[in-house]
Amino acid sequence: MSKRRFAFPYYIWMIIFIIVPLLLIIYYTFTDDSSGTVKLTFNNIKAIFDPLYLKVIWRSVYMSLIATVVCLVLGYPAAMILSNRDFSRKSTMLILIVLPMWMNFLLRTYSWLSLLENEGLINQFLGWLGLPQANLMYNNFAVILGMVYNFLPFMILPVYSVLVKIDKNVVEAAKDLGGNNLVVFRRIILPLSTPGIISGITMTFMPALSTFVISRLLSGGKISLIGNIIEQQFTVTGNWGFGSALSLFLMILIFVSMIFINKYGDESVGGGGLL
Amino acid sequence: MKNFFRKLYIGFILLFLYAPIIVLIVFSFNSSKSRAVWQGFSLTWYEQLFTDSSILSALETTPLIALAASVISTVIGTFAALGMVKLKKRSFEVVRTITYIPVLNPDIVTGVALMMLFAFMGIELGYISMLLAHITFCTPYVVISVLPKLYQTDISVYEAAQDLGAKPFYALRKTIIPQLMPGIITGFLLSYTLSVDDFIISYFTTGSNVQNLSMVVFSMARKGINPKINAVSTLLFLVVMVLLIIVNKRQVKAKKHISKPKEISENIEKENI
Repeated sequence: MSKRRFAFPYYIWMIIFIIVPLLLIIYYTFTDDSSGTVKLTFNNIKAIFDPLYLKVIWRSVYMSLIATVVCLVLGYPAAMILSNRDFSRKSTMLILIVLPMWMNFLLRTYSWLSLLENEGLINQFLGWLGLPQANLMYNNFAVILGMVYNFLPFMILPVYSVLVKIDKNVVEAAKDLGGNNLVVFRRIILPLSTPGIISGITMTFMPALSTFVISRLLSGGKISLIGNIIEQQFTVTGNWGFGSALSLFLMILIFVSMIFINKYGDESVGGGGLL
Repeated sequence: MKNFFRKLYIGFILLFLYAPIIVLIVFSFNSSKSRAVWQGFSLTWYEQLFTDSSILSALETTPLIALAASVISTVIGTFAALGMVKLKKRSFEVVRTITYIPVLNPDIVTGVALMMLFAFMGIELGYISMLLAHITFCTPYVVISVLPKLYQTDISVYEAAQDLGAKPFYALRKTIIPQLMPGIITGFLLSYTLSVDDFIISYFTTGSNVQNLSMVVFSMARKGINPKINAVSTLLFLVVMVLLIIVNKRQVKAKKHISKPKEISENIEKENI
């Protein structure tokens, strides 16, 4: 029974490095010590609902939503093709899709710079074709592209790992019973792959929503997402109160959307798919 | 015909995934600083890479911190899992929920929260704070990888060993730990990769005088294109590719089933959320 003590160091660690920091976020959100004394305040929460910041929050949500949808639309067919048994050399293909995920995500984001720039390769190619130059960088397009590029494998893999587990007999039975390909897809494959879709969406939407690196690098700092505002509060302006309030807000936003996403699938499977 | 379209589609996805990386690699050998114009082969950027003091010190810091963090996390996490299973259901659920907080929380929130903690405790931002932060986000992954293995182990062997006169710690080392080994190794490797790859949490918990590789890349990349980053990426890409091929070859050898792609994907899924 002495084994219970083994976990004590971890509990202490947990309290100091997980619980206390969260309490600090709450503390800084609701207090103000600018006047020398610590006072309770709701100003930091109110500041979030300033139209300027509401716009940023809305932009973050809708850009990560678009990125997630694009990942799903691009990734689902890819996962389906890869899960097909007669697709040749599929394990090589799978490794090739996994490989970029192991690259540092900063480098992956950075890699788009030389393609998107005004004198970048894409624009050179357009020029070579005699087409007008396109403004590819420093706009919403670049940021969404960066998100899709970074998170696409995280959509393909969970969907793939669910699709390969689908019993071929079920699909065949549905076909024998007269279902055409579309019906089989809609009534059999799609419902059975929901857990994969859910963990795919979670793994794309959450990091996209809280990113500050992708927007910072690919928009040259011109487009701010929630993450950028938080980063500024802590590294530039030093307004920890507002930074904490935004962090709290982001945390709540993430947990609410996670509950919302998981409601659409088998809870246990969705949660298990996460890890 | 159908197969042709399938291949075309996968080819398109692979092109999308690899075009930027290939361009990155090709231009790391470009002799001029120009980002998009090829002006001849050279290794200038690699030479400069190995004379750049910030990159060199980052190449030291990154694996060292990762090693220290993953060893400490593995020890704390494994013992945590051993102790946690003895808890009553309700307290177990509480501990498990708290364990998931750093896993599910956005990195930026974990980062700023730890930054405030270090300021609050008066710990200077540097190696120590970075190490503490890395241990904090790695340990939960160890706990999560070891726990399921613990449910599969046979506790009676441990009790039998003690009945036969083994001291508790010796019995543990000889009976339980070997059964947990796969989980412990997964946890360790996950911690190491997460630590090497981390940018966001390190960014907030490390002062400007200490930098890991990601931080160096960020501080260079925010100023625009820098061929030295291309050179670093090329080297890293090579390392990752070689490692992945080795792991994969070993897996194929280990079991001749086709389960290998699944395993990779499971590891990846574990690593990333």
